Amino acid sequence: MKIWKTAMLGTAVAALTATGTFACEADGRVSIIGNEFPAIQTVAAAAGACEGITFSSNLTADHQTLNVAGMTGNPAEYTTAIVANSSIVALINEDVIRPLDDLVAEYGQDIAPSQLITVDGKIMAVAFMANAQHLVYRADVLEQVGLEVPTSYEEVLAAAEAIRAAGIMEHPVGGAYAAGWNLAQEFTNMYIGTGGAFFKPGTAEISINNAQGVEALEMMKALTAYMNPDYLTHDSNATSAEWEAGNVALMNMWGSRTGVLMDDEGAAPEVYENTAVSGPLTVGDSGTPATTLWWDGWTVAKNISDEDAAATFQAMAAGVSPAILDDTTMSQAVWLMEGYQPEAVNEGVLASVAAGSTPYPMRPFQGLLHTALGDNIADFLQGNESAEQTLADIEAAYTAAATEKGFLQ
Amino acid sequence: MKHSSFFWFVLPSALLMLTFIAFPIVSVVTQSLYQEHEQVLIEVENCGPFGCTQSTTVDTQATEALRAAQPLGQWAGLDIYKDRNHLAFAEVGEAWASSVSMRDFAGSLMNLPFYDAIAFTLTYTAVVTPLTIIFGFLIAIGVNAVARTMRGPTIFLSLLPMIVTPIVGALVLFWMVDARGVLGAGLQWLADDPNLSVKASTPLTWIMLMVYGIWSSAPFAFIVYYAGLQTVNTDTLEAAMIDGATRWQRIRYVVIPHLVPLTTFIALIQLMDNFRVFEPIVSFSAQAHARSLSFAIFNDLGGETRLLSSAAATSVLTIIGVAILLSPVLVRTWRDFGKAR
Repeated sequence: MKIWKTAMLGTAVAALTATGTFACEADGRVSIIGNEFPAIQTVAAAAGACEGITFSSNLTADHQTLNVAGMTGNPAEYTTAIVANSSIVALINEDVIRPLDDLVAEYGQDIAPSQLITVDGKIMAVAFMANAQHLVYRADVLEQVGLEVPTSYEEVLAAAEAIRAAGIMEHPVGGAYAAGWNLAQEFTNMYIGTGGAFFKPGTAEISINNAQGVEALEMMKALTAYMNPDYLTHDSNATSAEWEAGNVALMNMWGSRTGVLMDDEGAAPEVYENTAVSGPLTVGDSGTPATTLWWDGWTVAKNISDEDAAATFQAMAAGVSPAILDDTTMSQAVWLMEGYQPEAVNEGVLASVAAGSTPYPMRPFQGLLHTALGDNIADFLQGNESAEQTLADIEAAYTAAATEKGFLQ
Repeated sequence: MKHSSFFWFVLPSALLMLTFIAFPIVSVVTQSLYQEHEQVLIEVENCGPFGCTQSTTVDTQATEALRAAQPLGQWAGLDIYKDRNHLAFAEVGEAWASSVSMRDFAGSLMNLPFYDAIAFTLTYTAVVTPLTIIFGFLIAIGVNAVARTMRGPTIFLSLLPMIVTPIVGALVLFWMVDARGVLGAGLQWLADDPNLSVKASTPLTWIMLMVYGIWSSAPFAFIVYYAGLQTVNTDTLEAAMIDGATRWQRIRYVVIPHLVPLTTFIALIQLMDNFRVFEPIVSFSAQAHARSLSFAIFNDLGGETRLLSSAAATSVLTIIGVAILLSPVLVRTWRDFGKAR
């Protein structure tokens, strides 16, 4: 597997170098840790094509468990970590990444100002793509029951009932509701959609045991009535498989995964030809879309020499330069670079941004809440306890964890 | 043996045990007694592709000073053990005082993550360990009765569950019990209920995990018993046959007494293994229905913010649990050893 990946990377690098799109030259060590999906592979390959650098990359779904440890030593094993707005927090908390202001001034001419992620005025990361969850629907099925494309979860429930009543599908709603991270993410979306706030302003004290919390949980439970009974084991992959099998007509799904659903692989023509995306859904009457916006970006390690930091910055800047956009890479993500032209698969993410959705919060203690949510919500969805009890359990679990981490006294 | 030669003889293994067993345990215990420094939080403005938002962040300079002063963190004593995510003394006391019945109290207790995890872990251990031993024994007796030419392939087939990588074995079963899989559809047909789903039901998920546990570890008991069966005294067996003992009587009065010491050994190993049940929960995506102590440790370390002290405390509690569980077997072994002398 590893050999195969290296070979692939080599081919990609050769292809890019051959076309001569890069004029990147630097002297130093560049070592990438990051998640593994096509857009990140493109970035890593382009960064590795830089001349004069010693390059290595470790792209894996387990990057979050490796990046802090791999950047804590001095010199750090990884000179750059590709992170998202949730995972950059752990790197900032542990103080293993450096501000990039000086490097941006010296080498960052091609980086658009909107790509710069600043925390307290200091540039901490350079974003290169956006992501969000939004509605994916089957146009043919909605047409059969004579309904418009839903814009709210209430309309999704009505459409699901109509589809079931018409005998088209028994479980028309899908969603990544696997207990753990995915389920917590769905609650986060829904709770934001109800207009709820996770914490008392300016503190790490949690406050979700309220009317909005109950509303969010009730809506999730109402949706699960139209889902495959195994929904608590369905992560994004399993949900996508259900979609491609033609068992689902409506779901809230990641923009980065819609490309797979709309291509002609793994599904019958009836399914992929009728798969369409639309904007984020709302819940209740708060007006806030029930979704979160995400960016993926790169950082530079703190515990490395200035030469390596400069080389890493130049290589990564080349990795996310507009020059990497071509026919194959264009549809891999909603790129933030200049020259990006959206395709049909990307409309959902762009609609989420346009609708003024909330970015996933970058609070240092949000991850602790996410874990507590993922551990406790299943109890409510299975009917073991009341919504208030579940919310109280989440608050208690979070409070114990936040006390241990020093956020609460 | 002279004391000095004994010393040099055990020195290499003693060193290895110190390095790889004793020191890590000391480190885990130490970690569990500390918690992180008070985090200095500041209100800042974060900007990115989606505009600017007010947020909090950790003041790294202030925190760094605290860290340099006390690298291990703040002394927490037994606070982590006592908190809600572990032994939860305060919550248990409250539940005891406010519960109207034992049933009510048990319900409140199962709502606490540690007791929920220990309930599954103990049930799993109590069910899987004896059944593994029984099935292992039955397979060994069966294979031993097979014609000599067929024994090689039979042994290989019986060992397959142990040879197959746990994750792969679990995934195969996971797909088979899916509502559209062979076993899942078969169960629906048997129960005459088209909506029956193993993965959606807590009792069925527990049974599935235990069936997997027995399936994957029965070969271990089998191979140990099979080796033991080769050493059964044939004279005694033949004498029993001449006395007119049936096959069952020979097994009951000759074979089983001969294999009892092996049973102690298998029970010891299986108790330890089963108490640390982990892989099936991950491969069956069963965390909504069943959580074990090892899964709780994994969960603490797998989040975006790692809870090292919490994971360490659960590890120490697991070690204590294993020690309690093994104590009857260990006491027995020690007594036998004393008798032999």
